[in-house]
Amino acid sequence: MVFSLLLFLALSLLLYALFGGADFGAGILEMWRMGKMGKQEHALVQRAMAPVWEANHIWLIVAVVIVFMAFPSVYATVCTFLFIPLMCVLLGIVARGCAFVLRYYDATAGHSKLYSGIFAVSSTFCTFFLGVLAGAMTFGRLDPLATDFEAAYLAPWLNGHCALTGVFACSLFSFLAALYLSGEAEVKALQEDFQKRAAYASIGMVLAGAAVFATQRGLIAKFIHTPLALSCFFLATLLMGQLWYAFSFLEATQSVRFWTRAAGAGVVAMVMLGWYSVVFPAALVFREGVLTYYDAAAPAPVLKALLIALVVGLLVIIPALLYLFRIFKWEVLE
Amino acid sequence: MSHLLAARLQMALSLGFHIVFASIGMAMPFLMLTAYRRFLKTKNPEYRELTRTWSKGVAIFFAVGAVSGTALSFELGLLWPGFMKYAGPIVGLPFALEGAAFFLEAIAIGIFLYGWERVPPRVHWLSGLVVGLSGLASAFFVISANGWMNAPAGFDWNGGNPINVDPLKAMMNEAFLLQAVHMSVAAFQAVGFAVAGMHAWLYLKRGYSLHFKAVKIALVWGALASLIQPVIGDLSAKAVAQRQPEKFAAMEAHFETQSHAGLLIGGIPDEEKAEVRFGLHLPGLLSFLAHGDFSSVVKGLEEFPRDDWPPVLVTHLAFQLMVGFGMLLLLVGTVGVFQLWRKKTLSVGLLKTLVLCIPFGFIAMEAGWVVTEVGRQPWVIYRLLRTAEAVTPRPAVWVTLFGYGALYLFLCVVLVFVMQRQVESLHKRLAKTGGAS
Repeated sequence: MVFSLLLFLALSLLLYALFGGADFGAGILEMWRMGKMGKQEHALVQRAMAPVWEANHIWLIVAVVIVFMAFPSVYATVCTFLFIPLMCVLLGIVARGCAFVLRYYDATAGHSKLYSGIFAVSSTFCTFFLGVLAGAMTFGRLDPLATDFEAAYLAPWLNGHCALTGVFACSLFSFLAALYLSGEAEVKALQEDFQKRAAYASIGMVLAGAAVFATQRGLIAKFIHTPLALSCFFLATLLMGQLWYAFSFLEATQSVRFWTRAAGAGVVAMVMLGWYSVVFPAALVFREGVLTYYDAAAPAPVLKALLIALVVGLLVIIPALLYLFRIFKWEVLE
Repeated sequence: MSHLLAARLQMALSLGFHIVFASIGMAMPFLMLTAYRRFLKTKNPEYRELTRTWSKGVAIFFAVGAVSGTALSFELGLLWPGFMKYAGPIVGLPFALEGAAFFLEAIAIGIFLYGWERVPPRVHWLSGLVVGLSGLASAFFVISANGWMNAPAGFDWNGGNPINVDPLKAMMNEAFLLQAVHMSVAAFQAVGFAVAGMHAWLYLKRGYSLHFKAVKIALVWGALASLIQPVIGDLSAKAVAQRQPEKFAAMEAHFETQSHAGLLIGGIPDEEKAEVRFGLHLPGLLSFLAHGDFSSVVKGLEEFPRDDWPPVLVTHLAFQLMVGFGMLLLLVGTVGVFQLWRKKTLSVGLLKTLVLCIPFGFIAMEAGWVVTEVGRQPWVIYRLLRTAEAVTPRPAVWVTLFGYGALYLFLCVVLVFVMQRQVESLHKRLAKTGGAS
């Protein structure tokens, strides 16, 4: 039962990365081009995001609910000892939410530079700290017994490794967003522009990813001994190769555009799956000792109730979500 | 103490802020759907314009509400890890279901807002209905978790460790249903009167007939809710008197156990001396309200250990505020509906009164939550876990309190600004189409 709940948790985090992540990425891409982004580009981001914006971000809430109901001690520990990066994530979420609302509903202003600026900066800030949090949970510096502020509340996340996981998250999300947007763009120049940015972002991913491995002792060994992680790595490399081939040699027909987007999503899925398989079953790694999801699991009746609620919820939500995407997204492809 | 107080203030601030969005998300879709139905029936384009305008309002508040709700889901852990560690598994179920309902609401809002030209009118109307129903469902689920804090159920408390957990039983706790209905009706009351008041103001200022139509729809919803509310409020009070006699005694600043207990109107309770100054007592009425019998005995605070008393002054004043404003809205609502029924219009005096009433429903609602929450103190889980035991050990709670305070202030400014821009653009469109009456 713990494992099935972990599958749900993994799934909601994956969907958050695939949909919410693209959203964050769109903001990060704007950050790169502060002030230079054309009207066309803005309109594209806006048109692509608006109808599905709210729905994309609820996957995070689903993940949070799973953690606090099924693995309460994990939730309590993260909220206590990683409260600073968590607050930063929240600050980012609130700021970009506001900026988005203002940009979209300030009916008389058009695309104000200020709103776009806030949106871009907070997207980057938020993604970075999401990455930091993910890194800090299993880096092994958490120390619930520490008595001083520095060791308890700063050391677990304020280090090179976690900063690199933050950078990795930023490049991953901007890679995804650039691919999605290149697929959605109708003007050729814009398509190529986003493809170029996807390429830059993928270089960033590779570099930051390598550095993440280099800065945690034992991570490479663990990776080599996890067959699932190795296969994910292999598949991700294959998909990247395909993307590179498609961008270099193929005409951007409808189907090519569809497949490049799918391949981009595939890369992200492989990265996430590889990450889960390397850290599994550890939920939190402390300075001394490890808390696994099995240790942290709530009593069986609780897990069962949650599982039923999730299945019922998904049965309602998935058709509705498919309908939403059918109305607003898929017709672009047809 | 100051550490705990800071955490409580931050929680109060966050919940007090979020509740406004939650109630708008619950009630506003129904107002919007009423206007939409009028449009589908009469084909009067003003109703279509009104529907669109309101739907944008719903979306704006939903977007900011989603953001503040996400922050809240983390804040429970950031402030009360001691509570979440025990309560998470027990009351997680309604939160999970709330997540699902919220998700559905988000999808339906997407369809409603951007689907005007893309889906058939009937599906479109239905998507609006789904927005409202899932908003209501969310409220029910979240309030179930709050009800559980007042009436813990679904587990055995084995010396500080919950065992034999039954999440479904916890969700269906005793306090759940009445609290949920009380709050949902309050949402319609608050939103109905706030919207009616705002459109009344715009109508008085600009004279567009669209605003008058809006006043009518909103006022009828608000007045209906105000009529039902006293009944539910009375049932709730009776339930509280049974379940949490200390809370009931604090609401009434009732210190001594008495038969034929009098209902206190106004008055300033003094906890130290256990007496009330400047109050008006209506003899026997409190006994009647609590137990349905003028001679019944109502337990006073003296029956309970001094350490277990809720803050009497705050609870009592908040209760008075809630009931007072609720009654006022009932009066205004009744007069308004009567005028609409007999004269088919509203007098200028009443329109002006409505403008004055804009904040009253929300004040009553916030006061009601103060009664629920402060009245439960010093417990976070009634008679099981003290709030002081649940608070986070981390330092700098004051810092995050000011941080969050600044954030919410900023959000309010943003909202007011955006809504104002929406009204401006509505008036521009109305001026173009000649919508003046």
